[in-house]
Amino acid sequence: MNVELRDIHKTFGAVHANVGINLKVPAGTIQGILGENGAGKSTLMKILSGFIRADGGEILLDDRPVVIHSPADAIQHGVGMLHQDPLDFPPMRVIDNFILGRKGSLLTGHAEASRDFKHLAEQFSFSIDPDAYIDALTVGERQQLEILRLIWLGASVLIFDEPTTGISAAQKVKLFAALRLLAEQGKTVLFVSHKLEDVEGLCSRVVVLRQGSLVGEARAPYSTKKLVELMFGKTISVGERNPCGGGGAASLSLRNLSVENYRLKVQNVSLDVCCGEVIGLAGMEGSGQGLFLRSVAGLVRTVGGRIILDNKDLTGRSYHVFKRHAAAFLPAARLEEGLVAGMSLTEHIVLAEEAHEFFINWEKGKELAQNRIADFNIHGTPANTVESLSGGNQQRALLALLRVPLSLLLLEHPTRGLDIESTIYIWSKLKERCRQGTCILFISSDLEEILQYSDRVLVFFSGKVTQPLEADTLTIEKLGELIGGKGWPESTSGKST
Amino acid sequence: MKKNTWINLGFQAGALVLALLITTLILVAVGAPPFKAYASILSGAFGSINNVENILITWSPLLLTTAGVLITFSAGLWNIGIEGQMTLGAIFTTGILRLLQNTQLPPALIIILGILAGIIGGALWAALAGALKTFGGVNEIFGGLGLNFVSTALTIYLVFGPWKRPGVGSMSGTQPFDQKLWLPTLPHTELSLWALGSSLLVIVAVYFLLRGTHIGLRLKAVGKNSKAAFLMGVPTWQYSMFAFLLCGAFAGLSGAIQVTSVYHRLLPNISNGYGFLGLLVAMLINYQALWAAPIAFFFAALNIGSVQLQIQYQLDSSFAGVLQDLLVLLVLLGEGARQRFLRKV
Repeated sequence: MNVELRDIHKTFGAVHANVGINLKVPAGTIQGILGENGAGKSTLMKILSGFIRADGGEILLDDRPVVIHSPADAIQHGVGMLHQDPLDFPPMRVIDNFILGRKGSLLTGHAEASRDFKHLAEQFSFSIDPDAYIDALTVGERQQLEILRLIWLGASVLIFDEPTTGISAAQKVKLFAALRLLAEQGKTVLFVSHKLEDVEGLCSRVVVLRQGSLVGEARAPYSTKKLVELMFGKTISVGERNPCGGGGAASLSLRNLSVENYRLKVQNVSLDVCCGEVIGLAGMEGSGQGLFLRSVAGLVRTVGGRIILDNKDLTGRSYHVFKRHAAAFLPAARLEEGLVAGMSLTEHIVLAEEAHEFFINWEKGKELAQNRIADFNIHGTPANTVESLSGGNQQRALLALLRVPLSLLLLEHPTRGLDIESTIYIWSKLKERCRQGTCILFISSDLEEILQYSDRVLVFFSGKVTQPLEADTLTIEKLGELIGGKGWPESTSGKST
Repeated sequence: MKKNTWINLGFQAGALVLALLITTLILVAVGAPPFKAYASILSGAFGSINNVENILITWSPLLLTTAGVLITFSAGLWNIGIEGQMTLGAIFTTGILRLLQNTQLPPALIIILGILAGIIGGALWAALAGALKTFGGVNEIFGGLGLNFVSTALTIYLVFGPWKRPGVGSMSGTQPFDQKLWLPTLPHTELSLWALGSSLLVIVAVYFLLRGTHIGLRLKAVGKNSKAAFLMGVPTWQYSMFAFLLCGAFAGLSGAIQVTSVYHRLLPNISNGYGFLGLLVAMLINYQALWAAPIAFFFAALNIGSVQLQIQYQLDSSFAGVLQDLLVLLVLLGEGARQRFLRKV
């Protein structure tokens, strides 16, 4: 089926997620859709698959304009999407999941469905037991089930959102073979990814999205350098580095740290961070940097290695023990994890301070809040609830809650969604901490921010981690390639499952 | 701010008027003269000293359960199990009184031990719901509801089994205790100033705990966003457990008071719905402890006053419940409407 998108627009509040996107994909092609986090790939695909409605523009299937109201509607039109996290029902059997989305008769028709399932699975040489429970399946197998289900429902356009994340190498080979088979059968495959290697190896054509716009397209064979440029924008001028006084003993030592979750393994990371040093953690979202950072905060159990903070071995201890040893973690989701909506700034300040008395001295708390508000340039009053503050002010409030002194500060996306002025202010406050001897590890998807403020950088890709790289020696292009999975030495430890 | 205060008051007054309107319609529908019915509720509640005393007797356990759920609500927990916690308080108290009634211990000491046992019983039952929630991942609403059934069954088993009256067990409960084991009451009434005083003390303490202490602030933080509270260093599950224990202790005390000052025995349904009524009061006052005492008093007055309806118009006295429930529903509804309204303005 030929797919055509015409002038697709979508805004979420102030964010223009899709800006007039035009895209034509003929039947029988594997079309790559490349872009960094937040480039608008998923939004575009969700519009095509009926999860969200576009604000403007047209969708044409085989040159006929269609209006897609819902995912069920999309399937009726022959469009199916495989989501990054499988949307299935773990407590149910494979065959029940297979049947679930089908419209029509009251009876499930298990026997017939079971026959079809086996037949289809054979065709793609997938081996899944239809009577197994989803819980027992790997991510790769759940993906295979989803592919079979969509084809059975009659999908002739299949959208894959980051399908190679979290599956094994063997499953990836199988997946790619299946995708090629689908294309041969005349189906249209849309392959969304940020992994250059996968896109280059699989897709006959690629479009690149950046900040909501379609910024370029290419056909195989590709020039990696050109794709990276398209993804991250060309030659951003990097500001002056601010190396801060390191030296001296390591205040944080990681020895062969290993941590894993159901889809990723980060293995054998060793790192010494000295007082006042800033380490930037780069990588596409979900490449392992978040898991790593939370394990260094004691929020996620490590599966191997040691964490030593100020000469104390804190391996396996809880976050509150880390906190008592002057470590702090600031989450990216400010209102979800960092601040308590419905409580005022004063209440937050009082809550974050160590309590020595039974009763709260609200006068003192208010005074303290006023001082912090002035110190951190927060636009608000002590009585303001945190959700009434702007994003930048919430971030400053989070910083204002930190105790002094700190040995280790771990930050997730410290300036995400903030304007330039707020960003600069926040980093000036963070650098102030560094001068007092705090070492900082931070995650950012803004490469410029990584290069500007880090002394050293770790790049994550599918759970693999680079050696610490001197920020001085890095460029946006080099960083972009590493993030996209290119230019990794074979010897690097760690692997994805 | 000023303008919003008036808008808030407007919505609340609207809810009250609407609740009265609907109950009036119900009264008309069942063929009772509405205004006379209201008048009889009023006279039923305040018509005689005896009636006012009855209001105060009802007020006391209601204050305690309200105080308890204010604590768990602050911690973001729906402690539906408060009925069972109250029942277990009554069971524990009865158990200790039965155990010690024939000993040489001074009666005052036996009463005190009995009440302490009730407090512990309620707290333990709440701890069970808390442990199910914290360590078992069982939502406290389901856990509490289940434990309520268990506590009812346990009461009936005791009343008809091991603790049955000499002869044959009956729904009227266990053998009443000797008068020396009764909490001292005002002459010719069941109104115990000890019970009333301790309930008032508890609600005042809860008010200060929630408003002015670090413990209260942390409970609130856990209730509103436990992830953020955890990252700010609050030991979250310990505080949830603490909230359960404290609520259970208050519920247990309220059960103990029912045994020692009102019924002087264990009987089925000894919690009398005070736990649920306490939840309603807490919702109606939007979890502001300051209003707990007057609103609980108002509810108690409605309960007592509507007894009169049964006598005069053969209406079931649960009519008070209709008015109370409508009031809570409409106030909550009004709150939702108010928020939408303010967002639009």
